[in-house]
Amino acid sequence: MAEQVTDSTFETAVVKSQLPVLVDFWAPWCGPCRAMGPIIDKVAEQFQGKIAVYKMNVDENLMTPAKFNIKAIPTLILFKNGQAIDEHTGALSLDDLVDKINTKALA
Amino acid sequence: MKTYDSLVIGEGPAGVTAALYLCRSGCSVLLVEQMTTGGQILQTSDLDNYPGYPHGIKGYELADLFAAHLEGLANLERLTASVTQVTGVAGDFTVNFSQGDPIKARTVLVCTGAKHRQLGVQREQELTGHGVSYCALCDGNFFRNKDVAVVGGGNAALEESLYLANIVSKIHLIHRRDAFRGRKVYQDRLLSQTDKIQTHLSCVVEALHGSKDLEGITIKNLNTNATEEIACEAIFIYVGFEPITTFLPETLKKDPAGFIITDTEMNSSIPGIFAAGDIRSKSCRQVITAAGDGATAAQAAFVFLEQLHA
Repeated sequence: MAEQVTDSTFETAVVKSQLPVLVDFWAPWCGPCRAMGPIIDKVAEQFQGKIAVYKMNVDENLMTPAKFNIKAIPTLILFKNGQAIDEHTGALSLDDLVDKINTKALA
Repeated sequence: MKTYDSLVIGEGPAGVTAALYLCRSGCSVLLVEQMTTGGQILQTSDLDNYPGYPHGIKGYELADLFAAHLEGLANLERLTASVTQVTGVAGDFTVNFSQGDPIKARTVLVCTGAKHRQLGVQREQELTGHGVSYCALCDGNFFRNKDVAVVGGGNAALEESLYLANIVSKIHLIHRRDAFRGRKVYQDRLLSQTDKIQTHLSCVVEALHGSKDLEGITIKNLNTNATEEIACEAIFIYVGFEPITTFLPETLKKDPAGFIITDTEMNSSIPGIFAAGDIRSKSCRQVITAAGDGATAAQAAFVFLEQLHA
């Protein structure tokens, strides 16, 4: 299961992470976000020890989504050394997400 | 290679119903979905026309109930992947997936539905997530008290405009024809909100403006060729759907728009391949009709399997 990250834990969990990080910006009332949920959890399991995976609820956390100019959900951002290296908006299949992680974050 | 009586592709209302009926008939079923249960229901805010829910139900709530209905079904196996190819003949189809081993299926039920069509205007992809959206329900809140545009004239465009009217400051509703196609009940509701929703009929979107985020659009009136710049921070695009059939044999008969042609029992032109839900060539695409198609296709596949065994 991917853990939730909040405005107050974002710096430590994501920006200062030694591993690449995938963050899923979501909200409970958003259908495509709910479609992504199980896929994010599968990815967290599959890449355990290789990348960190978090979900951020944009209803409960306003600062971080504003900082990254999130204007649509679900938005997935890949971070490496604290920098956003890739952004995707909209639901993504497990295959496409695995491919993205392998080519962008772990290459 | 593992063999199943039926492969059901897609976990929208058609696929869920088909799998449910087939399993209850004692057939072995592999149900494959690339995302999660629900399909386009997950893009719908409220369903007000599904019998049994007199006060309406949220799209995601119905999707959760569909998922719950699949739990613990005997004879059902599930796979998260997309189908890459279906080859072979009735009773002996070979199916390849994006991940996992190929399988054999005696029958194939195609319930893949449709995905939203893009507008086809320059910079559309680049600005997706930064003002260009296909889901008002998901992204509307980011544009609270802002001016936005909606493109389209069918039920989705009208429904989503009405949803957005509660959130945004002003909506420019743009449609290329001179009248809307959506249901009258929505058209009437639109007319009651003319202070908030400005319609631009016989108009198309020519260009999207803005550097990092959408800042405005140019529309053109098809009758006069006059162009107009509209300042808006978002554009919600509802210009129809396109079918998902690339993995199927090329000989499968489809209508000019690419939807699968079936008879009333959901038989496609290839024996043993059935189609149900939005992927079919038909005029009414609703959750209830997709579920109905799923039940009909499952029954037809069951009869077909009995004849194969005979």
